[in-house]
Amino acid sequence: MDVSRHDIVIVGGGAAGLRAAIEAAEKNPSASIALVSKVYPMRSHTVSAEGGAAAIAREDDNLELHGYDTVKGSDFLADQDCIQYFVEQAPKELALLENWGCPFSRNEDGTVATRAFGGMTTKRTWYATDKIGFHMLHALFQHSMRFKNIVRYDEFFVSKLLIEDGSCRGVAALDIRTGEYSTILGRAVILTTGGGGKIFPFTTNGTIKTGDGMALAYRAGVPLKDMEFVQYHPTGLPGTGILITEATRGEGGYLRNSKGERFLVEYDYGVGNKAELGPRDMISRAIVQEIEAGRGFSGAYGDYVHLDLTHLGEDKINTRLPFVRELAKVYIGVDPVTTPIPVRPVVHYMMGGIDTNIHGATEMPGLYAAGETACVSINGANRLGSNSLTECLVFGAAAANHAIDFAKGSSEGNEASLRAQAEEEAGRVENLRGRKKGGERISEIRRELNSIMENACGVYREQSTLQAGVGATAQLRGRVADLRLEDESKVFNTELITALELTNMVEVAEVLVVSAAHRKESRGAHTCKDYTTRNDQDYLYHTMARHDPAGPRLGKKDVVLGKWVPEERKY
Amino acid sequence: MADKTIIITRFDPDQDEKPRKQEYRIPCEDHWKVLDAVNFIKDEVDPTVSHRWSCRMAVCGSCGMMVNGEPKLTCKTTLSDYGDRVDIEPLANFPIIRDLVVELDGFMHKFESVKPWIIRAKERAEDKASRHPEKGTFIQTAEELGNYKQFSMCINCMLCYSACPVVANEPDFLGPAAIALGHRYNLDSRDEGTEERHDIFRGEGTVFSCSYANECSEVCPKNVDPAAAINQAKFGAVIDWAKGLVLPRGGTN
Repeated sequence: MDVSRHDIVIVGGGAAGLRAAIEAAEKNPSASIALVSKVYPMRSHTVSAEGGAAAIAREDDNLELHGYDTVKGSDFLADQDCIQYFVEQAPKELALLENWGCPFSRNEDGTVATRAFGGMTTKRTWYATDKIGFHMLHALFQHSMRFKNIVRYDEFFVSKLLIEDGSCRGVAALDIRTGEYSTILGRAVILTTGGGGKIFPFTTNGTIKTGDGMALAYRAGVPLKDMEFVQYHPTGLPGTGILITEATRGEGGYLRNSKGERFLVEYDYGVGNKAELGPRDMISRAIVQEIEAGRGFSGAYGDYVHLDLTHLGEDKINTRLPFVRELAKVYIGVDPVTTPIPVRPVVHYMMGGIDTNIHGATEMPGLYAAGETACVSINGANRLGSNSLTECLVFGAAAANHAIDFAKGSSEGNEASLRAQAEEEAGRVENLRGRKKGGERISEIRRELNSIMENACGVYREQSTLQAGVGATAQLRGRVADLRLEDESKVFNTELITALELTNMVEVAEVLVVSAAHRKESRGAHTCKDYTTRNDQDYLYHTMARHDPAGPRLGKKDVVLGKWVPEERKY
Repeated sequence: MADKTIIITRFDPDQDEKPRKQEYRIPCEDHWKVLDAVNFIKDEVDPTVSHRWSCRMAVCGSCGMMVNGEPKLTCKTTLSDYGDRVDIEPLANFPIIRDLVVELDGFMHKFESVKPWIIRAKERAEDKASRHPEKGTFIQTAEELGNYKQFSMCINCMLCYSACPVVANEPDFLGPAAIALGHRYNLDSRDEGTEERHDIFRGEGTVFSCSYANECSEVCPKNVDPAAAINQAKFGAVIDWAKGLVLPRGGTN
């Protein structure tokens, strides 16, 4: 088996992973940085982000306001020390991204333009028309190429963390092209693999979002935090779930019900005078309520409401929202210049993830995490739109910084024993390849998983369906161990990769539903029909889920409070 | 809903000497993109088919394939625009790894060779004067942004390499996407690397190999217009050459 040694091994090539790689490579030019990803970095799901990235930029804005908006958006579950650090670092990180070539949209004077976003008091979302994720990812990837000490492992699937004496010292990775395993050793490992939206049937996420990093850490004994909090983005295209950015409303778009009413005016969740610019959890609930009250539209892919941009005019749509126009035309046959876009709430983001401290460090020495796969937590029970891309930069850099320092003081692991672990893993996966004796196909189990999650963990939840979901996911964990696979080839065996991903998805799903069933209150995106209010007395803590052969074992972690005292969350 | 025959190129280097075709008769929904048909086959009919895809919204650039002989981003290509038989092959002009999956090594090498990053004459610490004093960002007017924006829209789907008649004959040709990318940085007001990228746009296998076929721009799913980038870069190279005839030291000093 091929064995390679590096100082830092980064798993995941999206915004957080690339930012971490650049930081590590710059901070220690003599260090070797491995960037391992199951896809070429420019395919990473960061590419699909549309609206923008948040950092204060205007005279009428300040750190206090960005911090308060974020804490309030989180329904007071976020850690306030992390938010303070985040808002302080955010302008510096976005300026770096600008310096590295990101084609941000501009004000008339040539400074970077900002736009309004949900739950943000003022315009602090830096944007590049409506393709910030695409431009951010490509700017980072292209900038990373100038560092000769970043060694890429493109299309390598990491299926196991290699651990010695309780410290993480590398990964076992399957080279998808050859079907051969590699032992990739590092003095520190950073997980930046993104979220796992594909456990749900209706999601904005691309097919690669299968919760891999979360599952890797979880299986290695590191707790997953606050996994019950799943963000439904208010505006996805029915059927495909393709994201239509919140920037549509930031630029002045309206949501309308079947009576043509701007119904959000009644709910009044908006910041300032903008009824449409409430936080995502509340807007998604408002849409569901409108539909349940019979004021939605019915379609082949479920009920929906209208996102009306027709009053913005063709010029504004073309200059500010060209991608939205393209997506609506190509994927639902609607030109938003003349016709409202059908939209419905869609699974978009996981607030929870691998538990880390403010430096991106997990409780396992040598293991770090950043971006959506991590839970620092700045997002608490509900993330504000445009904070997540900035989070990838701020905490990708922070994790790399600390990982580089850690690596300096850490000894090299015992190669023979780590290699033996990787060989054992290779053997396990070899037995899975083309395993015809198994019971069920991937697509059958995935369909069932999707259906369980949709029923249990929707915009509104209740104990009866959550408990059913707990039982059903536990049962799936047994069944996914008995998959029937057809493809015996070693070369680019995507069926085998999908099987490994499905195992990760089932594990993440079980943690999610168990954590959700446990939290008997309504907070942020976790809204229960049978426990309708927030209960700070009993639930103002992070849910911590640890791996156990019998199923996730739950614990608690204190929320770091500070100057922003929990209050009723009213907009 | 209509039944169609989807013909997929199969190739497993461990078993096949050369690519072969396999036909699948499947029910296709009216709204499907070509990618939906391939995914249906993979999920429900034959899990041994290998292909790449992710975002299904025309931005990750993974799912380029030949559809009835033309390079297409399959998640953006409507299936019902095709007849009863739809022939899906791996992107032309690339080595095949397996089935519909092609090798990117050569493309990535070309991509990196144009130095696709902002080059500044000075290191960041000594280079503060050109930036906003508090924010640290460059000033860039809408017009300056407009100079290169179109060429920054490339999703690296590689359809242009499949369509290019020069790439077909001259595999080392730098090719449309890479030239457009290098040109994008040359046009960026924040960049000072034109000189450093000078040789990339001169000599063998680069802009002067282009035969003006314009196929790259026609197949581009993002309207990047790489042919325009190549023509602009060529024009710049000709001006340099002309300066070299009349000015000492090639007019570069």
